[in-house]
Order: sequence, then structure tokens, then C-alpha cells
Amino acid sequence: MMTETQLLVWLRGPALQVAIAIFVVGVAVRLLEVLVLGRKADLAEARGSAVAGGMRTILMRSFPDRATLQRAAFTEITGYIFHIGFFVTLLFYAPHILLFNSALGISWPALPTPVIDATAVVTIITLVAVLIHRLTNRVMRFLSRFQDYLVWLLTILPVVTGYIAFHRIGVTPPILIAIHIISVELFLIVFPFTKLMHAFTLFMSRYYNGAIAGYRGVKS
Amino acid sequence: MSASLERGIHAFKEAIDGPVASFFSSCVHCGLCAHACLFYTETGDPKYTPIHKLEPLRRVWKQEYTFWGRYARAFGLSKPVTDEELGEWETLVYDSCTMCGRCSMVCPVGNDIAYMIRRTREGMAAAGHAPEGLIGASRRAVTIGSPMGVKLPALEAQIRHLEQEAGLTIPVDLEGADYMCLLSSMEIMNFPEYIGAIARIFKQANVSWTISSEAFEATNSGIQIGVSEIAAELVQRVVDAAEKLQVKAVISPECGHAYMAIRWEGPNLIGKPFSFQVMHIMEVLDQLREEGRLKTTGKEKQRLTYHDPCQIARRGGVLEQPRNLLNIVAEDFVEMPEAGKMNWCCGAGGGVSANERADELRLRVFNRKKSQLDAVRAEGLVTACSNCRIYLEEGLEEYHMDIPVTGLTETIAEHLVEEGEGGER
Repeated sequence: MMTETQLLVWLRGPALQVAIAIFVVGVAVRLLEVLVLGRKADLAEARGSAVAGGMRTILMRSFPDRATLQRAAFTEITGYIFHIGFFVTLLFYAPHILLFNSALGISWPALPTPVIDATAVVTIITLVAVLIHRLTNRVMRFLSRFQDYLVWLLTILPVVTGYIAFHRIGVTPPILIAIHIISVELFLIVFPFTKLMHAFTLFMSRYYNGAIAGYRGVKS
Repeated sequence: MSASLERGIHAFKEAIDGPVASFFSSCVHCGLCAHACLFYTETGDPKYTPIHKLEPLRRVWKQEYTFWGRYARAFGLSKPVTDEELGEWETLVYDSCTMCGRCSMVCPVGNDIAYMIRRTREGMAAAGHAPEGLIGASRRAVTIGSPMGVKLPALEAQIRHLEQEAGLTIPVDLEGADYMCLLSSMEIMNFPEYIGAIARIFKQANVSWTISSEAFEATNSGIQIGVSEIAAELVQRVVDAAEKLQVKAVISPECGHAYMAIRWEGPNLIGKPFSFQVMHIMEVLDQLREEGRLKTTGKEKQRLTYHDPCQIARRGGVLEQPRNLLNIVAEDFVEMPEAGKMNWCCGAGGGVSANERADELRLRVFNRKKSQLDAVRAEGLVTACSNCRIYLEEGLEEYHMDIPVTGLTETIAEHLVEEGEGGER
């Protein structure tokens, strides 16, 4: 029987390495699957630049047009909040930065812990709201499949377990940290097989979209 | 698997390229595309969510082009697309999508959904699930030369009429002309004034032009139905005629899909670049304006607005030219909300108008256009697509709106400085 400390060492060592390996190889395979399909050269005479259009859309698609923002305000606003919240807690919590530093050798300034704490709370509340919205909105419920709920769970778990571990709610701290790490490893392992992949492929999609439009002289 | 289903699946597979794979990988089911689609906004029915219309293509992509999907199918976890499902999707792909591409402009991950609908139709048509109306139009386009069955004698009669009544010259098969004008059947039958308008404008501006008796039809049903072989054949006829007459440029008329077909899809369909330029009539007229060769007099007094045909503006890139032109002949030109690249479709593009089954739905979703028009209280509507025009008229009538619809080329022609007048305005 493993002790709590041994479990933590295993989770932080071999288990994390395997999870990261699956993540990296899986993501690479998925990206290659797209890239090998390629795209035929456009033989029509260009009116504008495909490359410039593609780059523009990569950037500009981060901002909705005003009418869409009004028509789907809840989706837009909650979407911004939970994405930003997720990345802020991931990238600017001091212990996380230490971890990145030990693995990658790079470091950056952390945000004060109370700020991270508040961000985590906002992110969790927003993600719950996002789920309720998915369950109640006609279009979203109609579109949603098992995977949509699975990736929601995989996204909220690291934030919730991290929050609980930080506040030491319930069992002993090593177990809480262990659960947090397990949730992160699950996220990494499942990532390449699900639509979490959008975090990478959206750059290709936006590029293609903007390039097709830009070639014709349209800013998409 | 039936032979037709097999053909369909094969066509789906052929239609999947890098962009399609990337788009499907990226969709997070956020549902924002629904809010960009008039078939959803005007009915509130979630089945009209654009990305949902692509479900057959998505399943083929997943099963054929993803590592995980191939295994899922082998283990029976993912069911192959059936003929019944394609039958179910037929109305979604053809009746409730005009390929207007508005959804492609709002998708936060950048999916070009209209691009995928165009490709989905290749599979649907190959599997025998295209609407009767479009099958008929495509057959007539190939055998007769026009989706509406308009033959050369009908065009010749219109030309004779215009030449005799208005004293115009309409050159046919003039070798070495600068421009070769294409026409849509709808212009020949319903709006011959367009032909008269270009004849007058080109005469005043001293433009050398012609119409080919062998390839005058501009529309391309092959693209609307999704059969690239037909689309390519129709493009090839135009290319042959343009090369025979040795023209510098081919002019696409006031028709959205015709422009898409010849300008953007054309060279790709026949597999080689054109030896001539392709311009939309709006581009030609705006160029004449810039060169000072388009002399007009007087302005329209009533409040006019401009309807951007989707394939010319959002999907085609001709956005500024019609505005420049309208401004020289309109005193009170107002823009509808979301005009330009985000304009709302008339509801009849992408082959919907050739598909009678979709008539009721088309008129229902016209409510979108009504709201847009109501917002500016337009007294006149100008557009640059005869398909838009005829169905805008029908929609306005259905909604008891008394707004005249005109083509921009004619509107310009009405204000031409007459010969002998010589006034510069």
C-alpha cells in the first residue's frame, strides 16, 4: 500500500510524465491529421492577400461583432470570463509558476494569491452558469452531446480541486493535492481526443477562414 | 450499402480537406452560428443551427480522417452515415441554407461553415439527395444552356427589341472586343432593362464589348446543387467563348452566384487559371466612374438603400463599388443596419429559389429583411443581383411593403447624360 507521500511522488513524477506525453503526442497527431489533408492552391486571380487575411482573422475573431454580442450576450460574456479565469489561475498562481520553472526553466511574476483565489471563484461560478446555460438554451441543448458535458467536467475539475486544496477543505493536504493533480492529468490525457483540441485548431480554422476571405478582398 | 450511398460517401470523403478537418476539430457547440442564420432567427428552431446542417459531413470526417474515429467505427462505437439520414438532411442542406456565409463571419473559432455546406452538397447530390427543382435546373443548364430553359432565340428577340425600340447597338460575337458580357436567364426573361442599361452606359463611355451567342448564360446550377462536373462544364463553355472572341475580360452580371461561379470557383473547377480577367459589372462601372467616363446627371430624391447580394459582397469582395456608384445618383442613400459584409440574405440564394419545396420557409424568413428595411424606412431598394431582386419583390409583396426594387446598373443608366446634352455634373 502506497503512503500519501508516495502517491504524490508518483503522481508528480511518472504519472504526470505519461499524461504530458499523451497530451503532446496526441495533439501533434491531431494537428498532423489536419495538415496532411492540406488545401489545393487557389487558381482564381487574387484580389487580396490570403496570408494577411488569415493573420487578421486569427486576431480579430477574438472579438465579436456588436450585433452578435447583443444577440448572444450570455454566451459571449461567460465565454470570455471562464477562458480568462482558467488561464489566469493556471499561469499566474505562484506554485504553478514554480512548477513551470522546474519543468521548463522559465519564470514570470505571479499575481497575489487573493487575486487568484477570487479569480478561481469567479471561474467556477461562471462554469456552473455555462453548464446551466447549455442545459437550458434551446440551441445549445440541441447541439450538445456526451462529449460536451465531459469536457465541461474536465475543465471545471482542476479549478475546483485546486480551490479546495488551497483552502484545505476536508481531508489532509497531500490527498487534496493528489486529487488536484489527478484532475489535471485526466484533462491532459483526454484533451487530444476531444474538442478541447479547439485550443490549438482554432488558430488553423481562423487562418483558413481569413485566408479564404482575404484572397477575395473580404475582411472576415 | 447502395451504389448511390457509396457514391455519396465517396464524394463526402473527396470534399474533406485541411480547412474542413480543422473546422470540425474546432467546433465547441457554442451555438453562436445560429444567431447569424436567418433560418434560425426567424423560426427559433434549433435544427436550423448552421453547424448542425453539416452533421453527415462531420461524421464522415470523424470516421475516415481521425485516428480515434477510425477505431471507434471498427469497434462499432460510431455508426456509418445511412441513406435515411442523408434523406433527412436534404432539406437542411438545400432548403434552409442559402450559403450566404453569415455564420462563417461570426464563428468564434473561425469555422467557414458556408464553405462546408458547399462541399456537403457534393456528397448529397452524389447520393441522390438533391431537390427536384435543382436537378431540373441543372439538367436544363447542361442540355439547353440555361437553368430556366432560355435559348438563344429568346435572347436574340430581346436584343432585336432593344435595338429597334431604343435604337441601341448590342454587339453579338464581336471578335477582339475588350469585354464579354454574361447574362443571367432571369435578366433575359424578367429584366431585359439590364441589357439596355449596359448598352447605353458602354456606348456613352465608349467601351468595346460583346455578348457571345455560344455562352451568354452566367448562372451555374452545378455549384448550387453541388456537382462539380456540371459546374466545370458550364464554366468551360464561358472560357471557350471568351478565348474564341479573344476578350480581355468577362463581365459577370447582376447575379450573386454567377459571380461566385465564374470569378472564384471557375478556374478551380476547370483546374487552370483563366487567360482573361473576370469582373463584376459593379467593378467595371466603378472603374468607369473613377476614370471619369461615367457621366451622370440628376439624383434620385427618395430615400434609397442598398441590399448587398451575399456572393458579391461577403463572399465575393465587391463592397465599396456599389456604394460609390449609388452615391453619384442618390441624394438620400442610407445604409441598413449590418449592411455590407454582414448584410442579411434575401433568403433565396444558393439554389433556394430554384427549389419550390422551400418557398414557404423562404417567405417566412424574409421577415429578417423586413426588419432591416423597417429600421431605415427605405423608400426604394437597390441591389445588384436579379435573383435577390425578384425574391425581394416577392417578399415585400408578401409582407405588404410598398418599396420598389431596382437594379443598380439600370439606376445608373437612368441618370446618364444624354448625347448632345454634354453637361458635366
